[in-house]
Amino acid sequence: MSSETTEIQRQISHAVDNLVEPGHTVDEPASGDHKHGLTDIGYVKVAAMLALMTALEVTLTYLDLPGGVFMTALLGLMVLKFWTVVSYFMHLKFDNPIFTKLFYTGLILAVLVYSAALLTFQFFSPS
Amino acid sequence: MADTVAPTTPASEPDTTASIDLATTPDIHGQSPTPGAHDDHADHHGYDGHDDHGGEHGHATSTGLSNNKLAMWMFLGSECLLFGGLISTYMLYRGRHEGSPSPSQLYNIPLTSVSSFVLLMSSLTMVLAVSSAQRHDDRNTSTWLTVTALLGATFVGAQVFEFTEFYHEGLGFTTNLFGSSFFTLTGFHGVHVTVGIVMLMALVGMINRNKIPGNKAEVVEMIGLYWHFVDIVWIVIFTLVYLIPS
Repeated sequence: MSSETTEIQRQISHAVDNLVEPGHTVDEPASGDHKHGLTDIGYVKVAAMLALMTALEVTLTYLDLPGGVFMTALLGLMVLKFWTVVSYFMHLKFDNPIFTKLFYTGLILAVLVYSAALLTFQFFSPS
Repeated sequence: MADTVAPTTPASEPDTTASIDLATTPDIHGQSPTPGAHDDHADHHGYDGHDDHGGEHGHATSTGLSNNKLAMWMFLGSECLLFGGLISTYMLYRGRHEGSPSPSQLYNIPLTSVSSFVLLMSSLTMVLAVSSAQRHDDRNTSTWLTVTALLGATFVGAQVFEFTEFYHEGLGFTTNLFGSSFFTLTGFHGVHVTVGIVMLMALVGMINRNKIPGNKAEVVEMIGLYWHFVDIVWIVIFTLVYLIPS
């Protein structure tokens, strides 16, 4: 699932990068670049993509899909939506990498700590 | 740009010497900057919507980044741990619904989907407010912030309605472990949204009265980061709590 998600993330990233204002590059760090990010129209398009992904998520719950496919699709869409908001609306993609490291350190720490906690409660066991 | 420190003497005792010009005060490295150095910096860079150098705050930092922004990202990173704990607790106890309808019987997916959409759109209006603030467009900034607060209030209203419905169907906070963990998780998120609405309205009031000292765009961006965080937490809750059945 992770490789598929990464590929989709890369494609979305490429699509959204085309929305960046002329004269502003997405990979340029914030320092010295005062008005970085997307245009207002670009933000509207990102929001439309997010709305579409939400609609897809809800639609999936009404389809009779096999458990594995259903879970993979839902979790994949969740990760994509999360990443899109953090990267574009919260400007992490355009900002200094220190902010990215700070935030993702907390996030990864949380995922690891609570995955370990759930493992000790045998949450992931089939029974 | 005069960087001054407010006098500490009582107002009844006028003190003409208490105001310190930071432009002539040694910086953190012990060097005395040239008078007007800050102005030169500002002229070179123009107005800084993302003032990573401290800019109008006059805070030179060793990283060259805004301390406020660093602190906000650190706070959001730590909030991940808080909500991670609440979500994990819910995941563990969602099957313990003795004495109440099951989650799949209770949840109103169409209503929650609409409220999720509303919160998602509030992130759009928030980012438009930040964009307007960076353009020094106070009128549009206030308008977008107000729209964001209204959308947030709609989301909280839907959540209160949902909680009331659940209570009438027999699920209270102390009914069972599922109820306790569900209301704690979604309640904490609702409180975060409510705090965000209060901050947004306070910000609108301060912008309209021109009461924001320093870099206005950065203040709007800080509140925006908090608001978007509340949105991404809901993205996770919506999928893990509502869409994936127990």
